[in-house]
Amino acid sequence: MKANNKQTLYTITNPRKSNLMTFFAFLFCLYSLLPYVWLFINATKTQRDFASTFGLSFGSRFALWENIVSVFTYHDGIFIRWLMNSVFYTVVSTVVSTLLAALAGYALAKLHFRGKNIVLLIILGSISVPGIALAIPQFLLFSKMGITNTPWAVLIPSFVSPFGVYLMWIFSAQSVPTGLLEAAEIDGAGPWRTFFQISLPLLAPALVTVFLFAFVSVWNNFFLPLVMLKDTNLYPLTLGLYQWNLMGSSAGGSGEMIQNLVLTGALLTIIPLIIAFLSLQKYWQSGLSLGAEKG
Amino acid sequence: MDSKVLLRKKQTNNVKNRRKQIGWLFIAPFAIFFTFVYILPIIYSIYISLFQNKLIGGEVFVGLNNYKELMADEKFWDGVKRVFTYTVIQVPVMLILSMILALALDSLRLYGTKFVRIVSFLPYGVPAIVSTLMWGFMLGTKYGLFKSINKALGTNFNPFAPQWTLVSIAVMATWIYAGYNMLIFYSSLKSVSSDLYEAAQIDGANGMKIVWYIKMPALRGSLVVTIIFSIIGSFQLFNEPQILSKMVSNSGITNYYTPNMYVYNLAFTGSQQGYAAALAIVMAVITIVIAYIVQIRGLRDTMNER
Repeated sequence: MKANNKQTLYTITNPRKSNLMTFFAFLFCLYSLLPYVWLFINATKTQRDFASTFGLSFGSRFALWENIVSVFTYHDGIFIRWLMNSVFYTVVSTVVSTLLAALAGYALAKLHFRGKNIVLLIILGSISVPGIALAIPQFLLFSKMGITNTPWAVLIPSFVSPFGVYLMWIFSAQSVPTGLLEAAEIDGAGPWRTFFQISLPLLAPALVTVFLFAFVSVWNNFFLPLVMLKDTNLYPLTLGLYQWNLMGSSAGGSGEMIQNLVLTGALLTIIPLIIAFLSLQKYWQSGLSLGAEKG
Repeated sequence: MDSKVLLRKKQTNNVKNRRKQIGWLFIAPFAIFFTFVYILPIIYSIYISLFQNKLIGGEVFVGLNNYKELMADEKFWDGVKRVFTYTVIQVPVMLILSMILALALDSLRLYGTKFVRIVSFLPYGVPAIVSTLMWGFMLGTKYGLFKSINKALGTNFNPFAPQWTLVSIAVMATWIYAGYNMLIFYSSLKSVSSDLYEAAQIDGANGMKIVWYIKMPALRGSLVVTIIFSIIGSFQLFNEPQILSKMVSNSGITNYYTPNMYVYNLAFTGSQQGYAAALAIVMAVITIVIAYIVQIRGLRDTMNER
């Protein structure tokens, strides 16, 4: 709606609101929100209440704080260890992969070199290579090098983000004017200086977007650590929760029921992501819109 | 004089060559890691797919036997059929839902547009383990809502009975990605110039006509992208069924429920790496071929622009 649009007449740019459409959209919101509501409510219950009371009502006792304390102290505080691992894996690999993607995407969009189109095709093609097709040979190669069951096994594959390169390629093509680069060259700036002093500042919003996408994918990664890690001390949060859930599951486990801890742990795992989502919305929007335009 | 010209030519050539090489220097760090975690593993994968682990003799070269065996492997085809059925139903339902939502948001006829946008995108950031835990427990008959619903209504519905498990997984996947796809569509709609709408209105086009002749064509590019990523994602179905199989008993989830689960179990619990590699390669080829068929148009347009 434009600010100067003071007419009372309904137009396409200022239509009448529809209650019916709003109703259906809010039904969809209900679908989106229900699991969080359920998760929050059940993270406040004791194990006994979790097993016996109605899923969407609170239990006999509000035990959220108690559960949080148990999550952090259970098994000598292994959850804190997993949390630190997740932070470490995510921060290191996201910083590295964003930088590599920025350099590569920029080169593909703005620099000339032999074989560029082939490189581009290979990278675009690799976006559609299923992760599992890589995981087995990666595991076998890494185990020959003796780096499975070490942080490297989770970090190194996460350094490479073809999707990040794809985004940086599009971003660079759109937001770095070629004329500016030519002017810098005439003024005698070398390609590296041009990149760091002229192009990189222009690409700053793009870097945040690529960083966010990489952050979510590494933080949420389940399959790679599942394949690579055996030592529970190296687990990220996702794998740790999986293991806690296995312990109390009906299909094989030690039988100790700690579902209240699993759910509270799950809640704690998604809180940082929800904060990142809410505070950095505009970067998501720009990443998605560029991805959409250029398919 | 000749030598001077030659020297100059040589110098400009050197500068040009250096400019040509510099692109490679920028790409090199990515390319090194890419080679290490993509190219080498793919080559190695093809290599080990030609071997079988025999009880006597260890790794034996078997040529294309793994592939031949695979073609006759009912467990493999069972999984392929399942993910195919899943893809054919889940992807269109989700994308149509996303598109309707995007059109509704873009029509400006909703209250709370921003709220709807944020809330529907939030699930995209939730790890598969958490979303599966939430939905698995929430829908389950043991602790979840269907325990209460069944009790209240005297019914006996189980969302994780073998015939319903895949539907429940589709509900979870749609929950994660519908909002994400909706935002992609919404962004495309936002990029339509408002002049176009004003012109259409002057021409007397009504709401539906504008949707059909202006908005739908604007969605074409993003539709290609979302279809490709959705197909790739659903062909790789692994996390949800793998986690569910450990959470719910009698859900009908076998260790070859999806091709990816079969690969995982063959390679890491059955130590049949050669066969698993062959299976993964076949699935990768199927996925890439389908992705390329959808992609060809979009990719060609992009290449032409550069």
